[in-house]
Amino acid sequence: MTALPLLDAEAMASFVARGFLRMDAVVPDDINAAFLAEMGDIAPPVPGQKLLWTYFEMMARAGVPEVAAGTPLAEVYPQGSALARLLELPVLAGAVRSLVGAAPVFDHHFLHVTFPPAYHEAGGGENVSQHLHQDSTIDPRRAFDIQIMYYPHEVTRDMGGTRFLPGSHLRKVSEAAIARYQNIRGQQHMACKAGTLLFIHSGIWHGGGVNLSDRTRTMFKIRINPSQSQVRQFDVSTLVPQAAQRPIFYLKAPPPHSVEQILMTPEPWFENDTGRLEFLGRIKLWRYLTGDATYDADYWLTRVENRADA
Amino acid sequence: MRRQQVLVLYLANSALDSAVVGWSVYDGTGATRRMAGDEETPPYGNGLDALKDGWRLFQASQLLPHARGEEFDLAYLKYEFFFEKLVEVAP
Repeated sequence: MTALPLLDAEAMASFVARGFLRMDAVVPDDINAAFLAEMGDIAPPVPGQKLLWTYFEMMARAGVPEVAAGTPLAEVYPQGSALARLLELPVLAGAVRSLVGAAPVFDHHFLHVTFPPAYHEAGGGENVSQHLHQDSTIDPRRAFDIQIMYYPHEVTRDMGGTRFLPGSHLRKVSEAAIARYQNIRGQQHMACKAGTLLFIHSGIWHGGGVNLSDRTRTMFKIRINPSQSQVRQFDVSTLVPQAAQRPIFYLKAPPPHSVEQILMTPEPWFENDTGRLEFLGRIKLWRYLTGDATYDADYWLTRVENRADA
Repeated sequence: MRRQQVLVLYLANSALDSAVVGWSVYDGTGATRRMAGDEETPPYGNGLDALKDGWRLFQASQLLPHARGEEFDLAYLKYEFFFEKLVEVAP
């Protein structure tokens, strides 16, 4: 076991079930301040200037390097830079190691800024939220990438923090094909303190919010690919073996807290029938990450894998 | 003149009186501008309540058999119901 603070079994199960892990205010203020200083000031709104041009100017000035996709993550940011220091934080490095394994690879990064109404008025554009989407393209893999979303300053609800749908990560959809869905029960909006990190499975449905405040909202995203095994990279010493399957349906009391209970907790938006298929998908992902091809929770896969007729 | 308002409800199963799990509103009158993430509580508890409030159902998603080998695959929300209202607006 490494010295990194790896995720424990319950945190991993929560990620498997919900597709995200949120760590509030874990990045020290000096790194947050250094990051914002390296990004530079964002120019005030200019009448008649399209917001896209303001964005290009901001990206050109910001201290974010252009980096080739496929670069080892450890080589992406200059030593001593705010982003290098961010990635060296044990809490972040331990989560990355737990989720995507050793020697992860950089995919891409982006400086996401939502602008207050004055910028849209100056540029003649409409101030609206981003459509719901899943990043990249249809991704049928069992392996997965993660995206780290870093919030270097406080984000209030009216600043248009990232909106995401817990538990949506196992659905195989095609990017903005889900844009039709405006609101889904259980959706969350990132309102957070400075230095908050959100780790999301690459399949999570999400979108930027609309900024109705008078301040810009900055979020930095890094997408990371595994290059080696994702199996049993978390703190497996915290895994509690199941002695037997839990009783199901007919229960006289709420079941105790456990990995199984985490995996079998539905989201508010689950449909009656496909919610059960979501459970099957979670169990399959847990089998993958634990390297236990026989694992089951609440008998869902055991039942459909029964080959008594063979 | 008349303009169309469209309400899309995503329900928990194929019954119109099942619970709303997702929703979208597009307002052709221009009186409101709805967008992603703008509401936390659904406008109706279920699809039948929308009918009672004057929305006219004009499309419902089909129930399709599950392709062999893809029985457990999940993608888009399954129970989609489109409603409309026709609203008089000043010319």
